[in-house]
Amino acid sequence: MPAYWLEAFVLISGIVLLLLEAFIPSRHKTLIAIGSIGALVFALVLLFLVKDPDPANTEMARFYAWDASAKFFKGFTLLAGILTIFLGLDYRKTLSKFTANPDSEDGTGEYYCLILFATAGMMWMASAKDLVSLFVSLELSTITFYILVAYMRRNVGSLEAGVKFLILGALSTGFLVYGISWLYGASGSTELSAIGASITEANSTYLLFGLALILISLAFKVGAVPLHLWIPDVYQGSPTPTTSFLSIASKASGFAISLRVLEPFLNNPVTHDKTVAILSILAGATILVGNLAAIPQTNFKRLLAYSSIANAGFILLAVAAWDKGSDLTSAQIVGFYLAIYLIMTFAAFFILSTIHRNTGSEEISAFEGLGTRNPFLALMTTIVMAAMAGVPLTAGFYGKFFSFEAAVQANLWVPISIGFIGVAAGFYYYFQIIRAMYWRKSLDESPIKVCPLSFYALITLTSLLIIFGFFPQPILWLLQAA
Amino acid sequence: MSIIFVLIPILAAIAILCGCKARLTALIASGLTLILGLGSVFCWKADVWSVTLQVLSKPSIHLAMGFYDGMSLIMVLLSVLVLFTAVFAGKAPEGRAKLYYSSILLIGAGGLGAFLSTDLFFFYAFHELALIPTFLMIGMLGTGERKEAAWKITIYLALGSIILLAGLIWLVSASGSDTWLFRDLLASNIDPNAQSGIAALLIVGFGVLISLFPFHSWAAPAYAAAPAPVAMLHAGVLKKFGLFGLIRLYPMVPSGMQDWLGWLIVLLLCNILWVGFVTINQKRLDMMLGNSSVMHMGYIFLAFAALIQAGGAEANPIAIPGAVVLMFAHGISIALLFLLTDVVRQKAGTVELAELGGLAKSTPRLAFLFGLAGMASIGLPGLANFSGEVLVFLSGFENYKGEGFGCVQVATILALWGVVISAVYMLRAYRQTFQGPASSVTESAKDLKLSDQIPAIILATALLVVGLYPNSLLSLLKKPPCCSGCDQNTEQAEQ
Repeated sequence: MPAYWLEAFVLISGIVLLLLEAFIPSRHKTLIAIGSIGALVFALVLLFLVKDPDPANTEMARFYAWDASAKFFKGFTLLAGILTIFLGLDYRKTLSKFTANPDSEDGTGEYYCLILFATAGMMWMASAKDLVSLFVSLELSTITFYILVAYMRRNVGSLEAGVKFLILGALSTGFLVYGISWLYGASGSTELSAIGASITEANSTYLLFGLALILISLAFKVGAVPLHLWIPDVYQGSPTPTTSFLSIASKASGFAISLRVLEPFLNNPVTHDKTVAILSILAGATILVGNLAAIPQTNFKRLLAYSSIANAGFILLAVAAWDKGSDLTSAQIVGFYLAIYLIMTFAAFFILSTIHRNTGSEEISAFEGLGTRNPFLALMTTIVMAAMAGVPLTAGFYGKFFSFEAAVQANLWVPISIGFIGVAAGFYYYFQIIRAMYWRKSLDESPIKVCPLSFYALITLTSLLIIFGFFPQPILWLLQAA
Repeated sequence: MSIIFVLIPILAAIAILCGCKARLTALIASGLTLILGLGSVFCWKADVWSVTLQVLSKPSIHLAMGFYDGMSLIMVLLSVLVLFTAVFAGKAPEGRAKLYYSSILLIGAGGLGAFLSTDLFFFYAFHELALIPTFLMIGMLGTGERKEAAWKITIYLALGSIILLAGLIWLVSASGSDTWLFRDLLASNIDPNAQSGIAALLIVGFGVLISLFPFHSWAAPAYAAAPAPVAMLHAGVLKKFGLFGLIRLYPMVPSGMQDWLGWLIVLLLCNILWVGFVTINQKRLDMMLGNSSVMHMGYIFLAFAALIQAGGAEANPIAIPGAVVLMFAHGISIALLFLLTDVVRQKAGTVELAELGGLAKSTPRLAFLFGLAGMASIGLPGLANFSGEVLVFLSGFENYKGEGFGCVQVATILALWGVVISAVYMLRAYRQTFQGPASSVTESAKDLKLSDQIPAIILATALLVVGLYPNSLLSLLKKPPCCSGCDQNTEQAEQ
């Protein structure tokens, strides 16, 4: 079976499950979730079994890349999709509260299918190497995300988030199409490798202008300055599983295509320096905005939103240091960083949904007294926050370490010194959670219960954070050999 | 397998969190490390004790541990002594025993891991293991202005470490070495143009961790607010990490350090004289000790400056021994002082110097031990700090040929006044605490129980032994660096 059947399989499963969903009685809607998880797990297994695409099929080969990075990001998206549906199962009470009928699960079935569609779109994005396939796959995932964000249609916050996301998303699509037309006009091709080959002194200005427009639209996707403004509101308003999917899978696939688009420009000596300059400015600004704006936050979800901006900045720093590092390529660093980010962020969202279910609040003050109310959960939260802050001996450190290593070797000292401020600020706002858990006492001393699903997910994710903190090599094996 | 030193406290901390008896487990674990530490002094075989496991192939990072040389051994000895006494002296508040003892053990494990690592990466990483427990302990169980102090120390140390990290990355990439192992890094040559920038980052990064002027303002409030075991471990052990690192990394960037010698001398004199005067002015015993520990870092920097000026350990053979002996002595004496200050706080209920007085009458044993530690801290002959300070001051004049003073000699002469300053604040504090008429809070104080005395006596004995026979430490320094056997181990691990 050639590789591109993977996307088709996920897409077809989504359509079939959506059809079945119409006939399933409302108390059995979890079957759809189980079916979706099954489909994604099956696709994940297939990922290791499929054959390389047939080179004779030249049209397909033009559109579809099948290399280590494509495989890694496909696996990444599938894993994120599976974890999101688990989180969605955890969250279905709230979902049904704000959809059709609060007492039944009527409105929850489509949610799982939509995740499949978005997954298929993002898997295709990982392989897109032509501007047309890039555009189509990106729109497939973005349009699905419009629905996922506004899914709780009886909740004002969710609707508001949907509208904001839609308007900025449409704007960024505009930038993307405009940029694509500039690239096509200046190079005569939509194929990225052909565009890279056509760069000369004469047309580099037009190409760079087109690239800058595309970068603006990709900044929307990965949550970087200048199109980062939607993130806090949309994260806060969306259903929590959507938020996690948006902050992890969507960001990762955004970086996957950013790497593909940037590669020809960064590898060409004519455009290299200017592209690095653009990326350094974006990285520095993103680190600064994300970290500084996170400091005054009192809502945990908004804090995670700004932290996701900050992380996008650190990843961009690694991209800006394009392959100047002697050890890892920038693409590997990005993949590694995102893999760790997936573990940390899903752990944080499982914690958040547990806290939300018990206290009904997503504020940082809801964590007060957790040290006595549930010491074990508090300990795991401490590990996750330490990893996010980048304390050594947790996996979170390596992402920042590799980024800084590449940047130091590329002599990008201005964004690095901004990074210093960013990391120190990060310690402050992530430790706010630890402070709330241990220093503060809560009025309500009732113990906090963790449901079994979240419990096992949390145990797995936090122990991975510690294990990779000492022995990060397995992730690199995946990146190199995938 | 020197990794045991780190594993024991970490496993014990996990066991405590999983439900083992907190104090007992912590005591057994720290006691075991103490026995191991003392044992390794007597049967010191570098190559038998080292371990090297590759955890990452590119960049090549190894979980490598072992006694790199005598300096590691001495710092490990300091760590296990202070760790055991800190656990012994610790008194957990009701219901917090698990967090309390596991935090102490993790801080200790961080220090031990840093001193034992023979790979630059884990050398850095283990030091940060202490960050979260310190933050928790000061913020949760501290006294006084604990919240501000906890934030201050955390942000300062985080910023210092990230600057340091950039310096270390630059150092490794400029060296062209394939791995982060000390052995490979020390064998490489770094371009003199890059050295200057690397040295600046190292001095600032390590400087924040050591509380070098003007990055010192986190130290005194944090130590004053911290629970006694945390103050003992942090002031006694972890702060030495930075100096240890500077001395260890110095041979890689000698000419770069030379560029910053003038600045370093000015800053270290500020540490000794400026902070010295600040210390005299303190009104609380704990703040005074915190500031004094900042001030004494200046002496060790002085030895480092002498080393830089001479251009290497061969040209100035007593600079490193002086620094190491003083690091050990200061670590033990400041730990003892913080331990006893905590006892004063428990007995009298306050550490405001104005409210204390006459404690010697009701608690003669406490007064004697405090006096001993105070005298050691001033530098009284016969106690460990004296040996260290003499060596440091001599190292300032090691290459003096009688033809006008260089900047290090001038700095040494000015630094000598630090001893006078130390005497002023320490004796005044002693007088106000233990002598004179008894105040209302000190009349009813009871003297130390036997169980309180044991940790203090252990530390006091260490001060006396090193003071009377400094060769006990100096002979360890003369042992050859390990690395005949490290090579074999690396090969085995890679196979």
